[in-house]
Amino acid sequence: MAGAKALPASIDETVLLLESGDYVADRALATVLFLALRMKRPLFLEGEAGVGKTEIAKVLSKTLGRPLIRLQCYEGLDVSSAVYEWNYAAQMIEIRMDEATGITERDKIEKNVFSEKYLIRRPVLEALSGKPGAAPVFLIDELDRTDEAFEAFLLEVLSDFQVTVPELGTIKAEEPPIVIITTNRTREIHDALKRRCLYHWVDYPNAARELEIIRRKVPAANERLSAEVVRYVQKLREIELFKVPGVAETIDWASALTELDKVALDPETISDTIGVLLKYQDDIARIGQGEGRKILNEVKAELAAAE
Amino acid sequence: MATSTITPPDGRIADNILYFGRTLRKAGMRVGPASVRDAIDAVLATGIGSRDDFYWTLHSVFVKRHEDRAVFDEAFRLYWKSRELVEKLISMFSPVAIENRQKEKPKAGETRVSQALFEGKQPKQEVENPEVEVDARFTLSGKEILRSKDFAQMTAAEIRLAKAEIARLKLPYDEVLTRRFRPDPHGPKIDPRAMMRGAMRTGGDLVLPRFRSRRTVHPPLVILADISGSMSQYTRIFLHFLHALTEDRRRVHTFLFGTRLTNITRQMRYRDPDEALDLCSGLVKDWSGGTRIGEAVHEFNRKWSRRVLGQGAVVLLITDGLERDDVAGLSQAMERLHKSCRRLVWLNPLLRFEGFEARARGVKAMLPHVDELRAVHNLNAMSDLCQSLGAKSADDTDPRRWLDALKRSA
Repeated sequence: MAGAKALPASIDETVLLLESGDYVADRALATVLFLALRMKRPLFLEGEAGVGKTEIAKVLSKTLGRPLIRLQCYEGLDVSSAVYEWNYAAQMIEIRMDEATGITERDKIEKNVFSEKYLIRRPVLEALSGKPGAAPVFLIDELDRTDEAFEAFLLEVLSDFQVTVPELGTIKAEEPPIVIITTNRTREIHDALKRRCLYHWVDYPNAARELEIIRRKVPAANERLSAEVVRYVQKLREIELFKVPGVAETIDWASALTELDKVALDPETISDTIGVLLKYQDDIARIGQGEGRKILNEVKAELAAAE
Repeated sequence: MATSTITPPDGRIADNILYFGRTLRKAGMRVGPASVRDAIDAVLATGIGSRDDFYWTLHSVFVKRHEDRAVFDEAFRLYWKSRELVEKLISMFSPVAIENRQKEKPKAGETRVSQALFEGKQPKQEVENPEVEVDARFTLSGKEILRSKDFAQMTAAEIRLAKAEIARLKLPYDEVLTRRFRPDPHGPKIDPRAMMRGAMRTGGDLVLPRFRSRRTVHPPLVILADISGSMSQYTRIFLHFLHALTEDRRRVHTFLFGTRLTNITRQMRYRDPDEALDLCSGLVKDWSGGTRIGEAVHEFNRKWSRRVLGQGAVVLLITDGLERDDVAGLSQAMERLHKSCRRLVWLNPLLRFEGFEARARGVKAMLPHVDELRAVHNLNAMSDLCQSLGAKSADDTDPRRWLDALKRSA
């Protein structure tokens, strides 16, 4: 791919790189990302849903000018849909063609039938075929959704950046891809896999960083509204909800409120739009029962005091 | 152990990282030689800049689990600050200073880290716990009593028997279809890849059909076991049972609760049964104390359910259902638990007494939300447990049977 940029040479450059892609990262994330790029190790990102794990891979691919190859994991993901598959119909035709042209040596037929032209490349194989200096960003999304069998298969890919196709041999990457693995912790990933990666727990951002994120992602939002939204969400994260809202929800909420032409929060608006923020009925009921109003009052008082 | 500074004049940073790695390992983190090497590489790659960068550089290599963060943080604070280390050492050997320090609330992981740093230098404190045996069946209390427990060791015969029983045990709803396949001559699906390989054997003359069928696996099993006073008689049996089960299958998660919830999955895995039980008794602080089922289930829902109940887990709840606290909360928590798992099986050892009725408030609150209620008529041996968990007719285990009986008597 044309325009592949060189990797950042220091932590500061990594921060700038992420910022140029509108990703507001803290120093910790920049450090681990820089190390992953420098040491050519997969980056293992764990964290609650909606804290921007997947986004990192997208931003990296955009700012570094590398193609993004995404492998969305699900239960039962197997080699034929993740790595490669043979084109069986075409292979059958090849056998007939060989017969018609009078080829009878078994070795030759086998070589023709299992040749690269009948190999259907799936994401993993695709990710291993990067050219030097332009290795793709390989995102393995929600690894916890797949089963242990696939996890074990990834060990070979992640430590040696190679795949073994029994009929063809071992395919090794000329340049290892930039691997980003994300998980939501719905299941513990085995230590053997984690050992091969650099680990980082992506946490909810603090208020200042979240405000900066809103500014970049929802530029149309009113200054006052964004400040209120961020403080409100930060307070929600402190109380014991079944599922607290992530950054993605904050962004959604800020854009929803902007679409509704709101310039400040009020109780009615909150109860009308709370579905953007909270996704469990228990949580919504709890916020509806006065706790939401209490938080809003606190937010308003704090902002008034800050002015 | 050397006192360390971040930029030593004689360039001993690599040694210091090595010792730091060993400190972390002693504090209970999983740090192998490979990660020490990686850490040195990483520090070389970033260069030694600010303390913060150095912290996150080591963090990215050594910390592999979110839970280890606190331990790492504390170890870093203690290790990479020579001045505080000296102070610590001084305070270690002067009793007055210790008393002053103890007034501060200890940070998470601090004990483990300082144990790792000062191993063998601490004066040993021995506290004798008088052992009191109380038969507390049918009694319930919401009070939090913290005590430790020692279990009689398992005999070789017991272990052999347990293994045999577990091997024979067939849990209800214990097979789920996966989307993986295995070769099967009578399978319903065609296996194109095997066909192609087979065809090559004859040089493409014969392309014979091959078949495959879907593989089945055991779903994850999550066990929530009550260890309160009213259950104390059975604790040893079912802990051994759980250990044998963890050895036998891959995805088993075990939690114990009395007044608080403890995850003992890692302690149960890959170990000798006695060692595993010792580790558990060290970890759990509320043996034979009170019961707060509702709170424990609520905590499980909030902290663990999303992490362990994926992929169609079956939950096995071992409790007598004698709840002291708020019963409304228990009902809600049970409903949530029921909705997040594939099947909720309640194993109740109190059913062994003739004339048990679903009268206790806790039992009434829990019954509507379980898929199966299984009785243990006699829980003196592993075989009783396996028998009660094995395949049974649906009528025997239907919780509605008890609910109907309750309605009739009311």
